[in-house]
Parts: sequence; C-alpha cells; structure tokens
Amino acid sequence: MPKKENLEKVLVIGSGPIIIGQAAEFDYAGSQACRALKEEGLEVVLVNSNPATIMTDTHIADRVYLEPLTLDFLAEIIEKERPDGLLATLGGQAGLNLAVELAENGVLDKFNVKLLGTTLEAIKKAEDRELFKETMQKLGEPIPESTIVEDIPSAVAFANEIGYPLIVRPAYTMGGTGGGIAENEEELVDIVIKGLKYSLIGQVLIERSVAGWKEIEYEVMRDSAGNCITVCNMENFDPVGVHTGDSIVVAPSQTLTDKEFQMLRSASLRIITELGIEGGCNAQYALDPNSDRYYVIEVNPRVSRSSALASKATGYPIAKVSAKIAIGYTLDEIDNAVTGKTKAAFEPALDYLVVKFPRWPFDKFVYADHTLGTQMKATGEVMSIDRSFEGAILKAARSLEIGVNRLYLEKFAEYDDEKLKRQLTKINDERIFAIAEALRRKIADVDEIHNITKIDKWFLHKIKNIADIELRLQNEELTAELLLKAKYFGLADVSIAELAKKNVDEIRAMRKANNILPYYKMVDTCAAEFEAATPYYYSTFRGVEDEVTPSSSRKVIVLGSGPIRIGQGVEFDYCSVHSVWALREMGIEAIIINNNPETVSTDFDISDRLYFEPLTTEDVLNIIDREQPEGVIVQFGGQTAINLAASLSKAGVKVFGTSVDDIDRAEDRERFDEVLTETQIPRPKGISVTNLEDAIKGAEDIGYPVMVRPSYVLGGRAMEIVYNEAELRDYMSRAVKVTPDHPVLVDRYMQGTEVEVDAISDGESVIIPGIMEHIERAGVHSGDSIAVYPPQTLTARVLYTITDYTKRLATALNVKGLLNIQFIVANGQVYIIEVNPRSSRTVPFLSKVTDIKMVNLATRIALGATIKGMGLSAGYVPPRPYVAVKAPVFSFAKMQDVDIALGPEMKSTGEVMGIDYHYARALYKAIVGAGTHVPKNGSILFTVADKDKEEMKELAKAFYELGFKLVATEGTAKAISSMGIDVDIVGKMHERSADIIEMIKSNQIHMVINTLNQGQHIRRDGFKIRRATVEHGIACLTSLDTAWEVLRVLTFMRERRLIYSLAIQDYVGGGDGLA
Amino acid sequence: MRGKLVLEDKSVFYGELIGSSTVGEVVFNTGMTGYQEILTDPSYARQIITLTYPMIGNYGVSKSFNESRKSFAGGFIIGELCEEGSSCTYEESLQDFLQREKIPCLYGVDTRALTRKIRSAGTMKGAIVAENASEEEINAALLKPLVTDVVKEVTTDKIYTIEPYELKEEILIKRGKKDFTPHVVAMDFGVKQNILRSLSSLGAKLTVVPATAKAEEILALNPDGVFLSNGPGDPKDVGYAIEEIKKLIGTKPMFGICLGHQLLALAMGADTYKLKFGHRGSNQPVKDLKTGRAHISSQNHGYAVDETTLYNLPLEVTHISINDGTVEGMRHKELPIFSVQYHPEASPGPTDNLYLFDEFWNLMEKGA
Repeated sequence: MPKKENLEKVLVIGSGPIIIGQAAEFDYAGSQACRALKEEGLEVVLVNSNPATIMTDTHIADRVYLEPLTLDFLAEIIEKERPDGLLATLGGQAGLNLAVELAENGVLDKFNVKLLGTTLEAIKKAEDRELFKETMQKLGEPIPESTIVEDIPSAVAFANEIGYPLIVRPAYTMGGTGGGIAENEEELVDIVIKGLKYSLIGQVLIERSVAGWKEIEYEVMRDSAGNCITVCNMENFDPVGVHTGDSIVVAPSQTLTDKEFQMLRSASLRIITELGIEGGCNAQYALDPNSDRYYVIEVNPRVSRSSALASKATGYPIAKVSAKIAIGYTLDEIDNAVTGKTKAAFEPALDYLVVKFPRWPFDKFVYADHTLGTQMKATGEVMSIDRSFEGAILKAARSLEIGVNRLYLEKFAEYDDEKLKRQLTKINDERIFAIAEALRRKIADVDEIHNITKIDKWFLHKIKNIADIELRLQNEELTAELLLKAKYFGLADVSIAELAKKNVDEIRAMRKANNILPYYKMVDTCAAEFEAATPYYYSTFRGVEDEVTPSSSRKVIVLGSGPIRIGQGVEFDYCSVHSVWALREMGIEAIIINNNPETVSTDFDISDRLYFEPLTTEDVLNIIDREQPEGVIVQFGGQTAINLAASLSKAGVKVFGTSVDDIDRAEDRERFDEVLTETQIPRPKGISVTNLEDAIKGAEDIGYPVMVRPSYVLGGRAMEIVYNEAELRDYMSRAVKVTPDHPVLVDRYMQGTEVEVDAISDGESVIIPGIMEHIERAGVHSGDSIAVYPPQTLTARVLYTITDYTKRLATALNVKGLLNIQFIVANGQVYIIEVNPRSSRTVPFLSKVTDIKMVNLATRIALGATIKGMGLSAGYVPPRPYVAVKAPVFSFAKMQDVDIALGPEMKSTGEVMGIDYHYARALYKAIVGAGTHVPKNGSILFTVADKDKEEMKELAKAFYELGFKLVATEGTAKAISSMGIDVDIVGKMHERSADIIEMIKSNQIHMVINTLNQGQHIRRDGFKIRRATVEHGIACLTSLDTAWEVLRVLTFMRERRLIYSLAIQDYVGGGDGLA
Repeated sequence: MRGKLVLEDKSVFYGELIGSSTVGEVVFNTGMTGYQEILTDPSYARQIITLTYPMIGNYGVSKSFNESRKSFAGGFIIGELCEEGSSCTYEESLQDFLQREKIPCLYGVDTRALTRKIRSAGTMKGAIVAENASEEEINAALLKPLVTDVVKEVTTDKIYTIEPYELKEEILIKRGKKDFTPHVVAMDFGVKQNILRSLSSLGAKLTVVPATAKAEEILALNPDGVFLSNGPGDPKDVGYAIEEIKKLIGTKPMFGICLGHQLLALAMGADTYKLKFGHRGSNQPVKDLKTGRAHISSQNHGYAVDETTLYNLPLEVTHISINDGTVEGMRHKELPIFSVQYHPEASPGPTDNLYLFDEFWNLMEKGA
C-alpha cells in the first residue's frame, strides 16, 4: 500500500495526441506509472484522448477515459470519480498545463484532490520565466542574461554591459521571423530595427548567445525526504543552437572531464532541491568549451522526452520511480527492478555508449525549411547502443529508415568541393552526412570542420575513423583482418559490400567463415558490478563474450516498427506490444527487436527478451542466428517489419502469418490486379507507367482528374491529384524520379466516400470487428480523415458488399492475421483502393471501441490457430450502440512552411478519439480533443474553389442561420449573396491575402473555410491565409466535408449538454469481448 | 604490441599492450569519468585497474587532475584508448601519460567480460604479458607473492605543511563569522590531493606526516585534530600505524577516510575483512542512519569493517552501503572521532559528501 495516507484512487493525465515535441514517450511513461500505482493496490483513473496508446488499455488503468484533455472534461471526470490524488508530471507539457489549470480554477480544492509529486509551486518556479530567474539567482546558478527592449539605445546599453554575441528575438511575431544573432553593434542595431518592426507589440528580447557551446543535459530524481540522484547525463553532438529534440545526443557525456561532469551534476542537484521537485526533472546547460563557465538553459519539472531516452539508455525506470515517489516512497525504499537486488537510490553506471538520432518529417514535407534551430521539427527518434561511438552512430543511421546504411548521402557525392564546403555551414538534418563526405574527400580536416560547426573534435575524429575505414575498403583487397576492422568500426555488411564491390551475401559468408560475429551484451544499470535479471541486450563487434543464453523453450521474434514518423506512428508499437503479450499468454517466449526509445515495446519488462537494435536484414539475422527462434512475426511492425519479410524468408527464416508471396501479391500492382480479377472486385481504373509519354496517354484514357503516386509508398508520399496535362507534366518532373524500376501509378480519381476495414483472417474465415467511414471524401489521405465507427451513412447493401469483398480478398490472399482494406463508395458502387496485409493505423482504435483483441487473435492465427478452432464466429460483428470518432491531429504550428490544406499526402502526426452514444457529441469530443477551436459565434471566412461553390452555398446558409456572420472573397461572396444572404466582401483580388491576414490578426475572423483551387498557380495566396490561421490558433477547414460535420456539432451544441463522460469500461461493458 | 592478461584461474583476455609486463591484483572501477584521478589515486598502488567504461582518454590528461605526485598503479586495462583527446584542459594524451608514468596498459579489452569474471570469481591476481610470453614466465609471475604494506611506498617521506586557503565569504557567514583556524595533522597512508585541498578549504593549517609517524611526534605538533588518510592495501599490513592511532584515540578529534577508517576500527579493537570484489566507482549509494538520507558517493575499497565486531565497542555505525549493507561510516559514542569508508573529497565522483569535512571542523572547534 502507498506510503501516503488516505490514498486509494489516483487520477493520471496522459499527454493526448502525438505532436512534434510530444510523442510516444509519454505513453511509455504513463503506462509505466499506471502499472507502478496498480502494483501498490491503488485504483487508477486515466484520462487520455489518444486511442493509439497502451496506457488507454483497460488492463493498464481501472477506469480509462478516452476524452478530450480540456478543463471541462477533466472537471466532469473528477466530479464523477472523486480521486484522492492527481499525478500530472507524467503526461508531458499537456498534462502538466492541465493540472495547473485544474488547480487554478479551484477544481482540485473543490473535490479535495491532492496534487501528487511535484507541487504546483515547484512547477511554477521552473516554468515561469521570472520566477525561474529569481530562483536561479538565489542559488547563484547562472542563466543567460537577458532583457526586453523597445528601442535601440536600450539594446545597445544592454550589449555594452553584457558583451557579444547576443541573440535577438522579436516578441509575438508570426513564426519567429525577424530575429538573429548579433556579433557587434552594427549587426545588433540592424536586427533590432527589423525585430521591432516585426513584433506585434514592438518589443524584442535580447539574450546572451551561447550558440556553439556544448549542450549538456542531466536527468535528476528527488524524493520527498530530499534524496537526490542523477540518472544520467547526455551530451549533444550538435552544440547549443539546435533544439535538443533535433540534436544527435550521446549518453553518457563523452568530452566532459570529471570536474565538469561533477560541476554540472552538483548544479542539477542544487536546482532540483531548491525547486523542491518530487519525482523526475531534466536540467539543460550550455558549457563553454574553452573554460568551466556554464549557463542553465532550461529546467523541466516533469518526466520528459529526455527522461524516456535516459530510462532506455540506462535501464533506470524514471517514470515508475517518479510514480512511487509521488505516493510517498523514498529512493532507498524502491527496488531497482533491473538488478532485483539493489535500490533506486544509486546512479546508473553505463559501460556502453548510447546515440539518439532524430527522425525528421522532411521526407513528407519536402518543401519545408530543413534548417534546425530552436523550434523542434523531428517527429520521432531512434536510439542505438554500442561500445564505440562509431558503432552506435552507424547503427542509428541505419535505424532511421531514410535509405541510408552509413553516413553517406548520394546527393552529396555529386556536389563539387566548393558546394560541399558550403553545405558544412548549414545547420540542418543532413549536416552529419556533409561532414562525413567532407572527411571522406579530405576537403576539410577535423580542425576546419570544428571551426565551422563547433562540433567537438572528439566526435569529428570518430566520423573520420569511419571515413578512413571506408576508404580502405574501397582501395584495398578485402581481407579477413580488414573485414574485422570494418565491423569493429560499425559498418554494416551492405555498406562493406557496396564499398568493396562485393555481394552482401558474400560478406556475410566471409564473416561467418572467419568467425566475425557480434556479441550481445546486457544493459544492466551497473556496468556488470551486479548480476542483472533483465534480458535487455545490444550487439557489439568489440567484445569476446556473449551474455545471451538462449533458452530451449518455444520462442518467436516480433519485429517492431522503428522511429515514429508521419504515416507510421505509435499505433504500430501498440500492435507490437499486444503481439508480445499474446505470445507470452500462449506460453511462447517473445523476443522483440526495436530501436525506438520512446515506446512501450522497448520497456525492459514487456517482452521476455529485448534487443535494442536496428531493424535491418543483417541486424535481425544476427539475432536470429543467436536465438534460433521458431520464426518471426512481421505484421505488427508497420511497413518497417513488412519490408524485411522477403529478405528474412529468403535467408530461410520462417515468417509467421500471411506468407511472403501473398504479401507480395497484395503489394505488387500487377499481381494484385490478378487477385482482383480472380475475385471479381472492381478498382478505380489505373495504370502503371515508367515514362512521361505513357503517363500522359494513360491519363487521357482514364480521364482527368487522376491520382498520381510512386509505387510502393507509405502514407501517400508524393501523392497528388492532378486535373490536367500541364499539372501532370509538372508532377512527373518535380515530385518523382520515374525509372523502369520505380514506376508511377496513375489512377482515376473518384470523388466518393472512403471506407476502411480492419479484419482478422485465418485464410478460410474472416472476422470483421468493425467498419469505419471517413468524413472527408476520397482525395484526402485516410490518415488525415476523420473516421467514424460504425458507418453512419452507408446502406445495408453497401455494407454487405464491403463485408463480402473483405472475405473474398482475405481468402484469396490467404491472409493469416490482420489485414486492412480501403474502399471507395461512389454512386452506390464499392471499389477497392488498396489492401495492406498487416496491422494498420486503425487497429488500436478499433480494438478499443469494439473490445475485440484484434492483435491477440491475429497473433494466435499467425501461429496456427483458426477462428473456428478458437470457438469464434466469423463475419461482420454487429456494430455497438455507440459511436466512436477518430480525428487526426497535426503539428502545423511547428512546421512553419508547410501547407495545412488536406490532400492525398498524409500530414497528421497523431490522432484523438471521441466516443459517445450521440454521434454529434462523439464528433464534438474528437474535434475539441484534436485541439480545433470551434467558435460558438462570430465571423466565418469563406474562400472556396469554383468547383465547390455550389455545395458551399448550402453550407454558408446553414452557418448563417446559426447566427454566424459571413465574410468571403469576391467570387465566393457572389455565390453566397445569390442565396439572399448577407455577406461581407473582403480584399481586392491582388491583395486580398494581406487584408484577410490583417482581419485574422485582429481577431475579426473566427473560423476559415477554404478549399483549394485546381492547379498550383494561386496556391501561394491561400497558403498565406491558411498559415495565418495556424499562427493565430483559429480553425481552418480545407474540406467541405469537415465543414459539414463542424456544422453538425455547432447545431448540436445549441441543443444539448456538451460535457458528458463515461469510461471506456462503461461503453464496452467491462467484459473481455471476443477473446 | 599484442598482449594479454592472464588471471590466476588461467582465464585470458587479449589486447594491445603498451609498456612492460606486470603483475597485480585485478580490480574494476565503474566510474564513467575521472580516469586520471583514478590512475593517480595512491589507494590503487600496485593494483591492475580495469575500467568498465569502454572509451577512455576522451579528454586527455591535465596536471590539474593529478591526485598524487605520480601514478602508483600496477597496470591499466581498458577498452578503447582514445588517441585524440579533446578538452580545453588537454595537456597530453592519455597514452603519453601512461608511457611517461611507465604504467603498463592493455587496451582493446572486453572489460565487461573481465568485470563479470571478477564479479563472480572475486578479486584475483593477474599478469599482463606479451601475447607470446611463455607458460613458465606467466606461471612465475603469478606464483610470486604480491607485495604487502604498500603504504610505505606511497606515503610522504618527510613532514610538510600546507597553509590554509582563504575562506569564502559564504563559509564565514555559515560559521557565524567565527575566525577559527584549526591545525590538522594528516597521517599520509597514500593521501589524495583533494583530501588535502578539502581540509585546506576548511581554513585548516595542515601538517602532513608519514605513515610511520609516532603518536608523540604528532601530539608534539599540538594539532586541533588528527586526520587519517586513505591508502592502499590490507589495513592489517599497517600494524605500526594502528599502534600509534591507539595512542592518539582520546587525545584529539579524529577523522578517518577509507584506509584511515579501517585503521581506526582496528585500533579500537574491531576487525576488518576482504570483500569479494570491493566497491569501486562513482555511483555508490550510502545511507546516513541518523537522518535516513541516501547519498551517492565515490568509493574505492577492497576491505570493510566487520559490523559484528563493533557491538561491544563504544562505536556506532553511522553509514551503510545501500547496495550490500556493509559498514560505510562509524563514530565513537563518547569521543569526537568519526570515519567513513567512502571518499567525501570525490575526485573523481560526486561531491555530495563534502559536508563531512565541515563536521570535522565542528568537532575541532568544540574541542578547541
């Protein structure tokens, strides 16, 4: 039982949807915390709007509320559940902000809820800029000097006092424009003049610039008795100036002397003590590379992304220990679960090096600015472990799944020396690749690169080591000795093969013949000082001893899904974890391979064995050689795992579930066409072309508009709808590289309703747990559409057809496990768009709302069970009496130059769910949960494409009748006034965006409905308007379908109670469902 | 040159060898920084030090990190030996330092495997030799008994004094502006520089005396307190010092660290014993039994005081190891005497326990 008295029920707030800067790490932290609390016999109530999480599983918390994370909903839930305590420091900034709001609005006092762990006062001391400054000054901890000025003389006076360089940031600008670093007075004056102009309130913040200094972080724990420890420290490869979330990071620090290490460690302990944190805390420092001066940059009074990384890097479960501290335990009372012998009051000792590498969405947002700075842009990250920096950085590079196996980008190889040198000055996602290329070509040495980049020479020397061995591989005969050396420096077999001009199988054979094999070491928190019980491993070619003792029991490997990126999010980790649990339930040893430190799957007590390794053929085969499992499961790790199926199978590994050949039949366009012919299922007309001429001819045959995309894609990458030949020509030259090996698909674009199905098949019979209807018509990527379970508008005949097609496809493709199908319904006809013979993004959502353990059943089937054999009935499971809505969540505020208009390219980073007995309220919850600000009254701006004007008229009328004031651009206004409705015209044609942006800025417009005109030519104009809505936090609907549903919600809001909450257990009846 | 480590149990670990062959007790330290402080800590005299962190030498070597006049280590076993150290304090590479100090170093070793071996089999004797060394050579090296009473090799050969540091304003305020400059006699059994610095930082005038100093000589210096330093080896090898400490007990406030703590226990009539593989690292948790607080400490000891032998003595245990419950600190029930097994002076390691020096100051101030 907890140490704190009168504590029986605890409320935990999750972090909501995945956005840039707040990703899966909080599902990991929250799940761990919930389990830690339940272990103590506490009743746990959890609120989180994100269905793609393990923490919202009904066995993780006693009461799970999948409700919007807003004050209203939390107050309702607190009133209903009456928890004794609230744990708020594990739900990221979102959870923390909400807790502060609840406290400040008196909700916690009213219902007598104690804030557990870190106090409100401590949170404010860390978060409030002024209070933080005061606290640090009291402690004597230096923070970068700063001031706010409104004129030039004050700026110069401050500069004279502090010295240069200085960083200037205008207050309140759109997208942080107008700032910069000043090295002298001339530059300062220049930047401040501009900044004052850009600032909406005529103010600029001037701060001492420590850009180029070493950036160091410490993860610290403190309990209520005042005991403090540091879990680990981390050093950024990228000096100060790049957000730590966008930096390559190593743990522990590599270039700090013991004096420096202890100086910053002691500062961290003083800070956490002064703030009075009870739980985990993160402190960031800038350390002068030329002296022992340092500044405190930031303190996070909560579990953070860095804590997740530190937990995985050390084996120390920060979230779990934080939860125990919150309920009153002290560090010396909490067990170290890794050793099982020692206590949480110690500091982990690492005997390996960890690298974290960010995963950026620039593959999706091709046109976005790649520059890295103070605004984080990465959606996810990978982590790697080895006993050398070279080994770890190369493992990280190949874990990213960006088409590289080493620090080599093809495009840099094509740059001339001058251009490459210029590239070194650019701080972006490709800097490390440019550095490697420069070292490889010897056009700059370590000293010169250090002078340009300020990256510590230690790191640069290591990259040089890699470059040197690469050159040797290119120029020398590949001997066993050289091969060993190459592995010692971490190069993958594929890289060695490429450099030595050999076949990868030859390299593998040569390695085996010479006994050059990886050794697997354990992550044990204590550098082998004590025997550890945790089966958490990494590989290294620098060793002589292997610590894995494979058991003789049945075992299966589950391949994880790698870093979080647009199109492959936390959903797949959810599926991997459930597959592991299913195997363990079956008494089979489950081994997981993954490289994402943010996830639940890489928590050390989820699987029987965890291998923190890249997901490449070589890395996986090496583990298979060591473990000798019965086989691997690939269907839950997204495209990452599916992509490995063929090569693993070729190497003789048994792939459980749908066969590799059947996967290919679903993914290969021509072979899939055969399947469709055989099963008599129609698809929109389309062709595959390998050159421009064929594309033009094909598009004419099919008829415009057509959907174009490269083959073998994930998440609709580079997919577009084109309306005429000119656009097609533009697309073919700009967006894709078309070659005989990489054909482009041209499909008829049908404007219909999209429908998505996830089904479980054993090859003979099929269970369809649910069907989801998309709100936005085809043309908007399914991942960016609002999905509704069960369908609200489909006829029985259509549903029957969908069920029938699903069965036909599942049996024809001999699917053993999960499959996901997307249909389009146009004019009452059902067409198929695509089949994915694997788990999908919607599986967690559907599992939760239907209470069917989809992954569990699929895992059993993959291993040989049948639906009949398990006593289950096949077919379409009748819909439940409630409605669940899944809405996408975007991170547009973080990506300044990305167009927010929805299209066939996926842009969302996360999702939320709304569930209710009323469709409109479920929709309301989803929309509000997604952070969309739906105005109750005010002005709506309409600016729509000609093709949408007819439909828009009715919509405008309906909003007008609800009491909204209408504003529109000229053409749109004409259409509206033709209905006899009042509408204000805004802007003249050529300058309308400026006028509109001005109105948005001055809060005269409260929602924008804007659809895209055909073609590209006037997109920039609309782009600016859409971006303005993001900067000012107002809703911008780019699909009329979404607008209709918002209208439905607004109508409902006038008639009904909006705030109504039930736990998911109440909806599904608390039973175990089918499984 | 290729080399290898051969342990008493005949297990062999290969690596690259710098320097000559050597034999010694093989111990491991789990600290991730502070290799130079470890190498120059006289407590490691004649031992072969293995570091578990796999990349060593990253920030080079700087005179300012030396913990004694030279390195007394018997040998050094590490993973990667960094050739290109990087730091603003960099003066020379670790390799140059090792060669200059004539410390044999075997690098490129799987030190985790070696650590696991020692952890399960216990501390062992080992010989670092060239890879092609003959069986006879290795056997002869391993059969030769290890040198005992290493303290005599590391202690100062003459008495010297250190003037107190000027006190920081905040310390003066904390002490109520008391202007008390104690005179401390430190018995040097292999003292670390940072202990002397920590004592000087108290505002103490130091007289450092050899391990062989007589009680009468020490008392003749008229100190306000006597400090017993850290040092290498088995405390029972230093019988001569134990006899003198016996005479000092009851005369002056005393503070002992590490070997000094063990010698104090032996002088009081308690016993010490050898740990299976010792405590060596910068992350060792100790519990203060009076306050219940946990502190992270730097430790380096192969022996410990036997708690059961304290029960009938006027000594009480003040600190224990949170990892294994062994004695980490004790105090005299009546006299102003206390000692700790761990290293409050850090270097390397956390500086969380510097407050113990203040406690010593308080005792001396009370006695003055």
